[in-house]
Amino acid sequence: MTSIILRTSTRYMFPPLIVFSVYLLLRGHHFPGGGFVGGLFAGSAFALYALSFSVADARRALRLDPRDITAVGLAIALLSGIPPLFSNHAFLTGTWWEVPLPLGGVLDVGTPLIFDIGVYFVVLGVLLTVVFALGEEK
Amino acid sequence: MLTLLSICFIAALSAPLVHRLCPKYTGALLVGAPLAMFVWLLKRIPEVAHGHPVTESFQWVEKLDLELAFRLDGLSLLFALLISGIGSLIILYTQGYFKGDPQQGRFMMYIIAFMASMLGVVLADHLLLVFIFWELTSFTSYLLIGFNHENPAARTAALQAMLVTVLGGLFLMAGIILLAGAAGTWRLSEIIQRGDVLLAHKNYLPILILVCIGAFTKSAQFPFHFWLPNAMQAPTPASAYLHSSTMVKAGVYLLARLHPALGNSEEWTLILTTIGTITFLLGAIMALGQHVLKRLLAYTTVSALGAMIMLLGIGTAYTIKAVATFILAHAFYKAALFLIAGGITHETGGETSVDKLGGLRKAMPVSFACAMLAGLSMGGFPPFFGFVAKETWLQAVEAYPLLIVATVIGGAAYVLVGFAVGFKPFLGKMPEGLHAHEIPLSMRFGPAALGLGCFVLAFFTGKIGHDLVQPAATAIAAKEVEVHLHLWAGFNKAFVTSLITLATGIGIYFARSFLLAAAARLRVLVKFGPDAAYQFLLDGTLKFAAWHTRVLQTGILRDYIRVTVLTMVVLVGVALVRAGGFQRWENLSPISIRIAMVAVLMISATFATVHSKSRLRSILSMGVVGFCMAILFTFFGAPDLAMTQLVIETLTVILLALAFYHLPAFSHGSKKRTRATDIIIASSVGITITLLVLAALHVHTPTPVSDFYLDHSYKDAHGRNVVNVILVDFRALDTLGEITVLAIAALGAYALMKLKPKKGEGGE
Repeated sequence: MTSIILRTSTRYMFPPLIVFSVYLLLRGHHFPGGGFVGGLFAGSAFALYALSFSVADARRALRLDPRDITAVGLAIALLSGIPPLFSNHAFLTGTWWEVPLPLGGVLDVGTPLIFDIGVYFVVLGVLLTVVFALGEEK
Repeated sequence: MLTLLSICFIAALSAPLVHRLCPKYTGALLVGAPLAMFVWLLKRIPEVAHGHPVTESFQWVEKLDLELAFRLDGLSLLFALLISGIGSLIILYTQGYFKGDPQQGRFMMYIIAFMASMLGVVLADHLLLVFIFWELTSFTSYLLIGFNHENPAARTAALQAMLVTVLGGLFLMAGIILLAGAAGTWRLSEIIQRGDVLLAHKNYLPILILVCIGAFTKSAQFPFHFWLPNAMQAPTPASAYLHSSTMVKAGVYLLARLHPALGNSEEWTLILTTIGTITFLLGAIMALGQHVLKRLLAYTTVSALGAMIMLLGIGTAYTIKAVATFILAHAFYKAALFLIAGGITHETGGETSVDKLGGLRKAMPVSFACAMLAGLSMGGFPPFFGFVAKETWLQAVEAYPLLIVATVIGGAAYVLVGFAVGFKPFLGKMPEGLHAHEIPLSMRFGPAALGLGCFVLAFFTGKIGHDLVQPAATAIAAKEVEVHLHLWAGFNKAFVTSLITLATGIGIYFARSFLLAAAARLRVLVKFGPDAAYQFLLDGTLKFAAWHTRVLQTGILRDYIRVTVLTMVVLVGVALVRAGGFQRWENLSPISIRIAMVAVLMISATFATVHSKSRLRSILSMGVVGFCMAILFTFFGAPDLAMTQLVIETLTVILLALAFYHLPAFSHGSKKRTRATDIIIASSVGITITLLVLAALHVHTPTPVSDFYLDHSYKDAHGRNVVNVILVDFRALDTLGEITVLAIAALGAYALMKLKPKKGEGGE
């Protein structure tokens, strides 16, 4: 798969895909989206990269081993359950903070978002672990 | 109590570290924990003897009604003193026994952990707590028996002991749950006051039988007795401690403890006396044919445990008194003899057979002195404590002629074993090539203290009787029992029987060579014993497991899929038929043209998938099915699902395309018959799922759970996207579980793809 057309379009498609996946992740709490589908999107972006260039290139673009990403994601999801324990709530109870923004208004920040970020990384890591392994094997 | 118990557990955990830091004084340092317990218990004697049990309770799991409740009464005190006292001596002995062995720390850890668990069993006042400690003793016993894990016989014996006692533990657990249900409380101290309620309860017999099985497996009663002699594979300190003086008495303890609650019935007497008497005689008779030191002792232990159960079964004030006295006497002489047997084997370079030993009196004078004291006590000679126990026992069974006969036979066997272990190795001529030394100082404390105890206790019978035996007997009987122990009770019937027993014992000791020959001839019978039955069951289970793995786990993907989907079809199908859920197909919404078009597209794509001649085309058509699915989701207002479905379909196609590299050339290899069955399986799955979905439409709960989520999503969880709020907030724990599974699955897939076996290691 060394189509020049695919390579060129991937070069332009890749950054918007990643940005879009983060957008999906962040809007998930109010609109369609979320960590799962966001992670899948990011994963397919890297899969596309691996198809049009090579798995080795995709690994370089990712910088981290996908298995490490999985582990980090799991850890983030797990840790997001800890804060409510301090206010005598059950593990993983949603806890929210209101962060005032510099230009007025407040931003709702909560542990569910952190949890969703964990899901995002787990899905991304799992997907790429399998895709890369399949693509590399000779 | 909890503090001291925790100290013991902490000592166990720190044992390997202590051993590494100062290997020479491991025992001396660690003995502090049990010694502290022992001293504390000694100080409690007056209090408890006056009928004031010490209690302690801490909340543990409130919702399960589980408390860390402890209670020290006469019975607990007797056992706890033996456990901590003998435990301290064993730890010192271990120091010498494992001198210079790097494994000593590990052994210390196991044995102290066992000691703490055993103390827990006898001190706990909550049934569940008793059970937890009970299982811990089984587990530590497993570790100790299998301590020499490089020896296959030790591993087999450890597994056997574990399986038998843990199986019994399961029965016990069922019994405990029923018992607590019937009594309405988990507290032992309350249960034993509700004997009359329990006796009249409809579950009385099941409770009794279940608890008895639990106790009998632990205390090596017939027909579960076989594990105990095999457990002699354990290092000697463990045998002396677990398999003679403490753990095996846990069953006796439990039955004694529950005597006020479950005793006083014909069934109790029948079960306990029958099994107890059989075990008592069987153990004694089988001991006659042994020549290995530890096995001689092991069989008499089986026999002694049987005697305790037998006496408990009769359940009169006399027999209860006799049980309490005998427990004390037995712990002293048996532990001493085991320690000496271990010392002999240790110092003669591994000699275990009585008949190859002799003339050690000059080389090991201290051991000889201790062995003699303990051996005579075991035989029941005056003036030793064993004699006092034997007298009490004979007085207790005076009214039962059959039991007197049994006692004489068993007692004679004890005399023989007492002589064989206590005298035989030390007297006579030393066989050629046998070299021996005296046991080192650290190994002398145990046998000396216990051996002297056998002798000294006999002269404090009044005090022992009043301070230890009477409170214990009172606790077992749950009513005031007067105990007056005498070294010399007068020239009565019991004394005469005792003399007959001693004479018989001495008689058969001199006929021992004849007995051994007879035993060798009878060895064929072992083939029909419970040990063989155990082996048969174990082998059978393994064969069954191998067979059903062969059938179910063929290693062929299509077989796995078949088994999985057919199981689902059958389970769901049966549930559907029984619920009659597919009778009402009305109220379905009309099918619009756009949906019909998508459906037609999906169906044609499915046919294309199956009939395609190329793999790529198959996969692409399957992708079409998936994309159509996504379109359907958008029609029904599920953008989240549609989006996910789209990405998943794309990725599936990519993954399958990647997998192509590794697959052999595509061919329609499957035969017509295979295809026919595949069609049947596939359509049955399709039909079942369709019916299930239709049936699900008609399930109406009073208030659908979705209403709750819709109401609370924004209010409580700050989110307008209900699907996402459910995933990351309401059901976040489920999601956490799912992503964990996902991560593990990915690692598994990675391992399957990356870690191929090297050539010559098997596998494809």
